[in-house]
Amino acid sequence: MSKILEGLYYSEDHEWVKVLEDDVVLVGISDFAQAELGDVVFVDLPEEGDELIKGEEFGAVESVKAASDLIAPISGEIIEVNEELVSEPEKVNQEPYEAWFVKVKMNNSKELKDLMDHKAYKEEISE
Amino acid sequence: MENLIETSLYDEHIKLGAKMVNFAGFNMPVSYTSIKQEHKAVRNNVGMFDVSHMGEIIITGKEAQNYVEFIFTNKVYSLKPGEIAYGMMLNEEGTVVDDLLVYKFSKEEFLLVVNASNIGKDYNHLVENSEDYDVLIKNASDDYSEIAIQGPKTEAKILELLDINLADLKFFNFKHYEYRSHRLLISRTGYTGEDGFEIYGSSEAIKNLWKVFLEGEVTPCGLGSRDTLRFEANLPLYGHEISSDITPLEAGLKYFVKINSNFDFLGKQALEEQIENSLTRRVVGLELTKKAIPREGYIVYKNDKEIGYITTGYYSISLDKPIALAMINRPYTKKGTEVSVKIRGRMIPGFIRDKKFLKDKK
Repeated sequence: MSKILEGLYYSEDHEWVKVLEDDVVLVGISDFAQAELGDVVFVDLPEEGDELIKGEEFGAVESVKAASDLIAPISGEIIEVNEELVSEPEKVNQEPYEAWFVKVKMNNSKELKDLMDHKAYKEEISE
Repeated sequence: MENLIETSLYDEHIKLGAKMVNFAGFNMPVSYTSIKQEHKAVRNNVGMFDVSHMGEIIITGKEAQNYVEFIFTNKVYSLKPGEIAYGMMLNEEGTVVDDLLVYKFSKEEFLLVVNASNIGKDYNHLVENSEDYDVLIKNASDDYSEIAIQGPKTEAKILELLDINLADLKFFNFKHYEYRSHRLLISRTGYTGEDGFEIYGSSEAIKNLWKVFLEGEVTPCGLGSRDTLRFEANLPLYGHEISSDITPLEAGLKYFVKINSNFDFLGKQALEEQIENSLTRRVVGLELTKKAIPREGYIVYKNDKEIGYITTGYYSISLDKPIALAMINRPYTKKGTEVSVKIRGRMIPGFIRDKKFLKDKK
């Protein structure tokens, strides 16, 4: 059974968004997503200062078998990238809700409303 | 859902919670726990694979040997009964119908072990080209179940668990053995680059063995690690390094083609012409100098010029770096040639290298 954390927002692309303060969020992938992918061996991340556009690809997470695009769940500016994942990509499998990819300053926090809460996401992945 | 074929070990895979996938119409395990762990079990210890999806075709008859010699790229006349040869079946055009193992029981009986994805095509190809030979061709795929047990500690494990001593069974040889009144065909062959065996038997026998091995702490391994292991060992996979568009010469498999012998075989003339006109492309090794993963189908460039494509690529589990097999146009096939692979719109630098990836292992 996949672990789903309360208090996070989830996208249909199986990413989670955690609000840190007002308009600053962390973005990662869900436990369901990491289990589907299998052993993560490489994380291809954007750079600090890059623009994130909701619905558009901003990087990739690659397992032994496949490359999977990261799709921006919200729009904003990337203010920090989790460099730790570049040297330790296995963290994505081990602690999916700790292994954030990017820290983003949103430019429209209303976009959060388009995402699912933990209950809706649970339904989404049990379909 | 499509109607997928289940092997005799299907229930075992489900019991173990394997991630299942449609592979050539068979419902097969990709991995049980993690591809990485399964890969490492085979490199360092012992792992087992359900390979019951492989096809078995039996050729019998007075002219069986001459016939197999005609449809197969490698020599069979020089094999002794109990020996095996790896090679390919070719079209008239010299491209590959399938790669296979040929087991010689006698001059009048051979077992051909072929890829699951090609069983029907192979059988038809064999029948179509048998007109001039007094042979019987039987698709016996449903009569056989098969497991591969692979890794440096395999021989000791089989002695311990089955009380079968395989020390005298040489590489690419096979023999029949008895286990709890089951008759098994065991060959010292595999698809991992490690020592190991492939065991053929009835579905009941193979189910029995699987359970014994599982209790004996042999790691069950899926198709995921089967591919990463064979790739690191530079063993070709049909549909990737070889296909109906690729000749054995282009794939770098000339060693398995009796091109210089007196035997006539299907596709030989086309290969001779290809040698005369010289090859225009070849499968080579490729390594990236920046961390990224060169995957199948990605395009390879020299400066801005397209010079080929990746046939298989991974972030190598054993070597901890990104490597690939690639079909590259001449003259860019030379070792050391600097190239780029386009990955998600970016040009990632790398170079052409030898295909003996495992040699890099410390």
